[in-house]
Amino acid sequence: MNPEFEMVVGLEVHTQLLTRSKLFCRCENRFGAPPNTLVCPVCLGHPGVLPVLNEEAVRLGIRLGLALGCTVHTRSVFDRKHYFYPDLPKGYQISQFTHPLLTGGSLSVRSGEGVREIRLHRIHMEEDAGKNLHAGIRDASHVDLNRAGVPLLEIVSEPDIRTPEEAVDYLKKLRQILRAIGISDGNMEEGSFRCDANVSLRRKGTSAFGTKVEIKNMNSFRFVQKALLHECDRQSALLARGERVVSETRLFDSSTGKTLSMRSKEEALDYRYFPEPDLPPLVLDPNWIAEERANLPELPQERVFKLSEELGIREEDAEALLLEEDLSRYFEEAREVVVRYAKEGGWPVELGTGRLVNFILSEVLREWNRKGARILSGELCPEEIAYLVAQVVEERISLNQAKEVYAMAVESLRSPKSVIKEHNLSQESGEEKLGEWIREVLAENPAEVQSYREGKERVFGFLVGQVMKKSGGKANPQKANLLLKDYLSR
Amino acid sequence: MKLTHDQVTHVARLASLSLTPEEEAHFAEELSQILDYVENLNRLMLPPPGLHVGDGVSDPTPLHPDIPRPSVPVEEALSNAPDRSGQFFRVPRILEEGR
Repeated sequence: MNPEFEMVVGLEVHTQLLTRSKLFCRCENRFGAPPNTLVCPVCLGHPGVLPVLNEEAVRLGIRLGLALGCTVHTRSVFDRKHYFYPDLPKGYQISQFTHPLLTGGSLSVRSGEGVREIRLHRIHMEEDAGKNLHAGIRDASHVDLNRAGVPLLEIVSEPDIRTPEEAVDYLKKLRQILRAIGISDGNMEEGSFRCDANVSLRRKGTSAFGTKVEIKNMNSFRFVQKALLHECDRQSALLARGERVVSETRLFDSSTGKTLSMRSKEEALDYRYFPEPDLPPLVLDPNWIAEERANLPELPQERVFKLSEELGIREEDAEALLLEEDLSRYFEEAREVVVRYAKEGGWPVELGTGRLVNFILSEVLREWNRKGARILSGELCPEEIAYLVAQVVEERISLNQAKEVYAMAVESLRSPKSVIKEHNLSQESGEEKLGEWIREVLAENPAEVQSYREGKERVFGFLVGQVMKKSGGKANPQKANLLLKDYLSR
Repeated sequence: MKLTHDQVTHVARLASLSLTPEEEAHFAEELSQILDYVENLNRLMLPPPGLHVGDGVSDPTPLHPDIPRPSVPVEEALSNAPDRSGQFFRVPRILEEGR
């Protein structure tokens, strides 16, 4: 992208709520049922029916508002949003427009080395549409209305996001909160956590916004990153040629990594919003809100503070560990084993947990990004990683050796234990063996020994190197260092 | 308030209706009359729409407990459909637009 420009992104996230029934009727809210088996006259949009709001959906909305620091409005209103599409049986979606349940609030995201607050514009309740199926059907589309009427919260950020990385971190943090407070499973593939992005560019240092483009169909974090990068390049090329960006909706195509024009955007006016006459305003008892506040579980940010304090690790490390649930579960299980090793070996637990955190956040995280969850089980299960870390703490192998062992274990999907055995990797810390190598080195290099004793301390490094070489890399460097100094001073 | 020709065709497009020129002229006239009639409401001193609660106009919305009830049998659900294919509603092919 042209460095003269700055990216301006706002995100709209739709999250399905983990209620048992739908938003305005009592059909079951469940993914994966046979087509059109979870429907009734209300969600089919038959004439003469009346919607009744789901209490649990409201409760979950209140909880999210409290977790994100929003204003929870004691009065909010449902509106009809009109458009025609086969997955929308009524011809309108019941949503909230002028008076949403929640406004304001914020979410802090990692930005380079620092942290930035992303403000939230609003969060409102609405019903999901059904599902259209096209693949493999000739001259027709099929419609499954099981999803029609499933409760959603739409979370709209302010255009405060400036990089694709911030966008991804925002989504990960948001999903983490949704899961922590039991609102949503946040499954992007199954569509229970969906994201659209509004993207525009502007010249750095200016405050006016450029023309924005809406991007849809990004159903993984990686796709969000790719789509934003591509869209940024596309708009920056247009502007550089003196052309204009057209306000439109573009679809991300994961097979090409590009965005494609979909349709010119409808204006809000075209949705012909008006208050839903079938639903009187939603009025909340302040006591209910207070009760939800009191019952809010521990939030991810509080867990970060706790973990960082408990383990004496940096906050960003604790955050990184907790952000990926797979890794934090892996860590917790491995940590228990490390505690056991510490007891058996009589060394301080913190020594092991510190090493474990570092190892997981560097080596394991990298391989996990490359290969996915299969490197967290089987031959590389938590017990195995704990064993490897204990080997390092007990100075049987060096940290570098442990990294190599781990890399080999991942490549061949074997246990670190068997890799260590096969390659006869072990670190020598015994004074007897180390002394033997040192005596040999001293005997072979009389000139260097002489000059060291005459005050040329630089020679020391050379001698250590010789000892390491003689040991075939097995000598424990710290121990060898100490012992060599000892020999030279004799 | 007289609706313009463009406004009529715009509304027709949003409603997915195709109108003949005669119909356009007719609806421009008829819709304008309806709007004029509704316009009368503006002369009443009504609270802003939406938040009129506790003023005797309406009670707060009731809530249903989050306990599922059986849905209708799939045959019944599909019985009014103009067309079906297996357990699906079948509709004219729509382009992959998403929404």
